[in-house]
Amino acid sequence: MRCAGIDIGSRTVKLAVLERGRLVLSRKSVTTYNPLQTACDLIRDAAFDTITATGYGRHLIKGHIDCPVISEIKAFAVGARFFSRDCRSILDIGGQDTKAISLDEEGNMSKFEMNDKCAAGTGRFLEVMATALGFTLEEFSSAALSAEKAVKINSMCTVFAESEVISLTTQGAARNEVALGIHRAIVSRSVALMKRIAPPGNVFFAGGVALNGCVRSLIESELDRRLFVPEDPQIVGAVGAAMSTG
Amino acid sequence: MSDYTQMWSSLGLDLKAHDALLSVLGGAYTDIFLSQKNRPEGMKYFDFVMSEVHGLRIKELMDAKAQGRKVIGSYCVFVPEELILAVDGVSVGLCAGAEFNFEGAETVLPRNTCALIKSAFGFKLGRVCPYLEASDVVVGENTCDGKKKSYEILGKLVNDLYVMDLPQMKSETGRALLKEEYRKFIKKLEDVSGKKVTTESLQKGIDIVNAKRNAMKRLAEIRSADPAPISGLDALLVNQVYFYDDPVRFTESVNKLCDELEERVKKGIGVYPNGAPRVIVSGCPMAVPNWKLPMVIESSNAVIVGEESCVGERGARWLTEAKGGTVDSLLDQITDRYFQVECAIFTPNPSRVDYVKQMAKKLGAKGIIHYSLQFCQPYIVESGIAEKELEGAGIPTLRLETDYSQEDAGQLKTRVEAFIERINKK
Ligand code: SF4
Ligand code: SF4
Repeated sequence: MRCAGIDIGSRTVKLAVLERGRLVLSRKSVTTYNPLQTACDLIRDAAFDTITATGYGRHLIKGHIDCPVISEIKAFAVGARFFSRDCRSILDIGGQDTKAISLDEEGNMSKFEMNDKCAAGTGRFLEVMATALGFTLEEFSSAALSAEKAVKINSMCTVFAESEVISLTTQGAARNEVALGIHRAIVSRSVALMKRIAPPGNVFFAGGVALNGCVRSLIESELDRRLFVPEDPQIVGAVGAAMSTG
Repeated sequence: MSDYTQMWSSLGLDLKAHDALLSVLGGAYTDIFLSQKNRPEGMKYFDFVMSEVHGLRIKELMDAKAQGRKVIGSYCVFVPEELILAVDGVSVGLCAGAEFNFEGAETVLPRNTCALIKSAFGFKLGRVCPYLEASDVVVGENTCDGKKKSYEILGKLVNDLYVMDLPQMKSETGRALLKEEYRKFIKKLEDVSGKKVTTESLQKGIDIVNAKRNAMKRLAEIRSADPAPISGLDALLVNQVYFYDDPVRFTESVNKLCDELEERVKKGIGVYPNGAPRVIVSGCPMAVPNWKLPMVIESSNAVIVGEESCVGERGARWLTEAKGGTVDSLLDQITDRYFQVECAIFTPNPSRVDYVKQMAKKLGAKGIIHYSLQFCQPYIVESGIAEKELEGAGIPTLRLETDYSQEDAGQLKTRVEAFIERINKK
């Protein structure tokens, strides 16, 4: 039996198909203005027997693709165990939100926290800041890693932080130091969420932001714990959705 | 529906804005309440009350006023209805639950004021609440800082604002203060109404309010049945109507509803399937038409089986013992009754969490959703304490902070769904 999971995120739509406990297909696509269409395109020629939806757009597909729906929190809780059998704590930083989840020994969700309603401290924030500084996402992370010290960013609101960053650079602040400041700002938010639920052990780090090397190393040092990042951290939610029916 | 335009303009309402408010309210009511399946017949009465909330009931208030009775509006369950009834007054709750004219409210209040207070000001400044406009006296009370300070501003906007002081600790001096404040309130009521509070009139007031609270207790108990005979939304609505309906008629209607619900329980009829995840909502009061969170919860296939809230058990669960042959001894009983209310403005306030635990047990709830309005310090601070203690006792707890806007509806839904997935496991 082939079980599919589709994770309709705010920035990316992800599809995963599992067969006999193995990940046999994974695909991603930018969400665009029409997430429903993107999702339909993504699954059109994929072969599967069951499908479960998750992600912020999970209810959008009701009436179009009739399938069970689970919250993205549950999807990450389940999906993380696919990659890391005994993980107890999960951090997910996606395009629009950040989640911290703790699991009990059996893998049941025991607590979770999410960021507030705005995009402060999420992947979208990083993207906007990278553009403001004239970096690609990859350059952004390596620039930050190369900085010896950070310029502190005071605003966590995406709009205000953008103008703050621009005024800092016009005043002559080094771009890489500003970049580090931005990474620090994001990390302190996520670490605060993690500390609130205080889960044990190594941290499973998922979501698009887990691809960012600077964020990874800052979180490790702030939490003083090892991170486990799966090969494709963006697919975890889709895998979790697929597993929940399988 | 009759034409109430004349009455509304005589109250000084802004007719255009008022029409707009009523049409939003009506639409929301249809979508949220009337669309529910398998509702008890007894809810028809409450549907009717809601459809006439600014009509027939206001007409009744106006008729009462014409007979020389006084309408007393208040914002808190610490204002004793018994005393108001003892001078043959009409008590109405003015709690405001709509995001209406917040721009107006923000001209006199800081932005980071809780939605409840902002809404009350939005209504006043926008002239859309006939209850407020019909009130002869508006009673304020020194509870949270937000309300306490904003009464200084409200005082300039309404004809007769009367502010009572309230204790913040459950100490002997606290109780003495409360009793003294109630005594002063009696004096105020006697002055405006020209009627005396007597042992008989007070006894009668106590009896009426006790009967009303008994009916609410009965309703609360019935909700322990699985499957749930009534939705949380409908039960919340009854708790909301509690604050402005005629108390005697309301009591009869609740009891009639309870008769029907008891029949349902006997037959095993419910509005949700047997075994549906059951939650309790605990926290800030939810005034009409603040149905946002219950709607999110119940559209995620969980059922709310109790409200630990002032619009709920915290407001209604204690009765006033009516013993003693003097006004003063009855006043003692009233003071004792109200002194038990577990509002978060008290410090410390441990019995509130204890009661939440009891409710969870009694009602078979699998989790608690703690609801705080943004910027409400008392409840937000207390939610941390409550969460720790409840989780420690093995009761899953979700803490939410929200307001009246729809901005965070998606986020709220994700959290609630995940929480329900969490409790459904166990
Ligand atoms: S929460 Fe406190 S201040 Fe608010 S109505 Fe209840 S008792 Fe009054
Ligand atoms: S909700 Fe909180 S802040 Fe708002 S009026 Fe009530 S106690 Fe005060």
